[in-house]
Amino acid sequence: MPSAIVNEYFRTKKLPQIWCPGCGHGIITRAITVALDKSNLNRDKICIVSGIGCSSRATGYLDFDTLHTTHGRAIAFATGIKLAKPELTVIVITGDGDCTAIGGNHLIHACRRNIDITAIVFNNNIYGMTGGQYSPTTPKYDKGTTAPYGNIDKSFDIPGLAAAAGATYVARATAYHANLLISLIQKGINNKGFSLIEAISDCPTYYGRKNKKGDAVDMLEWQKKYAINVTAASKMPPESLKGKFIIGEFKNTTEPEYTDEYQKIIDNIGKE
Amino acid sequence: MKNKELLMQGNEACVEGALVAGMRFFAGYPITPSTEIAELSSEKLPLVGGKFIQMEDEIASMAATIGASLTGLKSMTATSGPGFSLKQENIGYAAIAEVPCVIVDVQRGGPSTGLPTSPSQGDIMQSKWGTHGDHPIIVVAPASVRETFDLTIKAFNFSETYRTPVIILLDEVIGHMREKIELPDISKIDIVNRKKPLVNKEDYLPFKADEDLVPPMADYGEGYRFHVTGLVHDETGFPSNNPDVSDKLIRRLDAKIEKNKDKIVEWEEKNTNDAEIIILSIGCVSRASNAAMKIMRNKGIKVGTFRPITVWPFPEKRLEELSQKVKAIIVAEMNLGQMALEVERISKCMTRIEKVNKVNGEIITPDEIIAKIKEVL
Ligand SMILES: Cc1ncc(C[n+]2csc(CCOP(=O)(O)OP(=O)(O)O)c2C)c(N)n1
Ligand code: SF4
Repeated sequence: MPSAIVNEYFRTKKLPQIWCPGCGHGIITRAITVALDKSNLNRDKICIVSGIGCSSRATGYLDFDTLHTTHGRAIAFATGIKLAKPELTVIVITGDGDCTAIGGNHLIHACRRNIDITAIVFNNNIYGMTGGQYSPTTPKYDKGTTAPYGNIDKSFDIPGLAAAAGATYVARATAYHANLLISLIQKGINNKGFSLIEAISDCPTYYGRKNKKGDAVDMLEWQKKYAINVTAASKMPPESLKGKFIIGEFKNTTEPEYTDEYQKIIDNIGKE
Repeated sequence: MKNKELLMQGNEACVEGALVAGMRFFAGYPITPSTEIAELSSEKLPLVGGKFIQMEDEIASMAATIGASLTGLKSMTATSGPGFSLKQENIGYAAIAEVPCVIVDVQRGGPSTGLPTSPSQGDIMQSKWGTHGDHPIIVVAPASVRETFDLTIKAFNFSETYRTPVIILLDEVIGHMREKIELPDISKIDIVNRKKPLVNKEDYLPFKADEDLVPPMADYGEGYRFHVTGLVHDETGFPSNNPDVSDKLIRRLDAKIEKNKDKIVEWEEKNTNDAEIIILSIGCVSRASNAAMKIMRNKGIKVGTFRPITVWPFPEKRLEELSQKVKAIIVAEMNLGQMALEVERISKCMTRIEKVNKVNGEIITPDEIIAKIKEVL
């Protein structure tokens, strides 16, 4: 039986979804709907935009105005939507490859503009949809179908990238830490500006299998074991953080928002 | 009342036409020789409550243009050669997702960075086939500043009528040329807006076409809560792998333009009644063709001109008729013979086809066309 949240916010006729058993993407998608539910917004004024990838298929299941775009371009489509109709709450669903490889340029420029869009990056450290090639977040020396001898690229720290590029709200949680994820997404939606929430997902089918990470449960256990909350981490000596990753809120600031700034131009012309 | 005369560039006339047509959103990235279109849009749009954004590249500009159109704003982007190449994937998106939008390509010499400040007509085939897969497209090619104004309005009207991307193929000469033009009485211009759904929100099928093969279009934010994807989809808008669904969609998209061809196709012909030789050209080259025709007519040689105004769909029926009557068709174009391929296909060997081609960044002159006419005689 689907839960009340699923019944309310999912296009239940489109279920079951295409994701593999144990894929973390389902937990994250549900977290987005819970965060939206808690945000008390006008349902008809929410638009959810995605790129291409397993993660980006989420828009098809969500009962809002939804746009499934081209690979890497979700943020650019979303920018057009938000600027054209600022009254809309615009959410972007994207993958690590979609957002930081092919779409990396759009990401940093949306951060820089501080346009009021909330992007949730489903990071499973791999290209899931195309069958397990290494992505910009595949850890160094891990394997992918195009890195049979181990990946020699250094991986991106997505929140660090977004914060440096000018996003005003930046956070990270995992599929395991679903409640934290919900509250971070909610805060991101609430932030008037560009918000990026990295959601660590798990892809047992490709990343897990290629790198001997066990099944879906093992991978969620791994998230639980190696995640350290940002406040706790700040009190720990750097040596004890080795091999761990940090979750929580990294940046929460207020800066002029792009569509507001544009509206000022329009209003001021009228006054002259 | 006579409207006032204005001295204007083709690129400016494009923006003025777009604003009259109802453009309220422009996303672009600077590139010669199209930049004036972005500059003028950035100045004029906020004056009418519209929005301009300079995106990080042409891929993003095309994406933002489509996004804005989905909220109900008439949207345009403008570019040239390299940028036109970058836009192609998302032009295909607009075609399959049936999002109205207008793309201006002010052609310059190519391939690659090519000849940034020189005219060319090398994108004729790209404007039709630039994005992958079978897809509908309408392409118009103005030959004067005033016509740029008129055809930009038409481009918006076509895009709204048929829910399809429409490309305006300018060339560097028309884009940058200044001419004195008299604008028409704006209140008398036909402006078309996309068809809106008339059904209850719950019953809305976003990709169920009416008899004219075009589905009514809701805006994002109106409560219809619909899905749009670049995947093959059925009438509900959701993806499908069903071969029948795919066949039906791709054929409908094509038929949407094919079946309405008579309402779309436009051309101009001069002195074709008694012509033995026809010079066929578009854009700036047609000005040289008309000059060549005049010179030859003065010498008593029966020359006419034919100018496709819509390049795609091509004025096929009329050209076929003319092919049966004339001794030769000379296709003059600033590329190595892209349009000539289409002319050869249509004329089916019923007449002799000769070509005048130029790819050195200079304009084809009347003399060059006359030299070819003399060869044919
Ligand atoms: C322009 C383009 N290049 C490549 C692809 C093929 N492609 C589809 S999804 C994908 C990677 C998706 O990876 P990610 O964004 O990490 O999402 P995931 O599937 O892992 O959730 C690729 C390369 C495409 N659809 N379009
Ligand atoms: S391939 Fe990986 S990311 Fe894609 S659905 Fe399966 S588990 Fe999820």
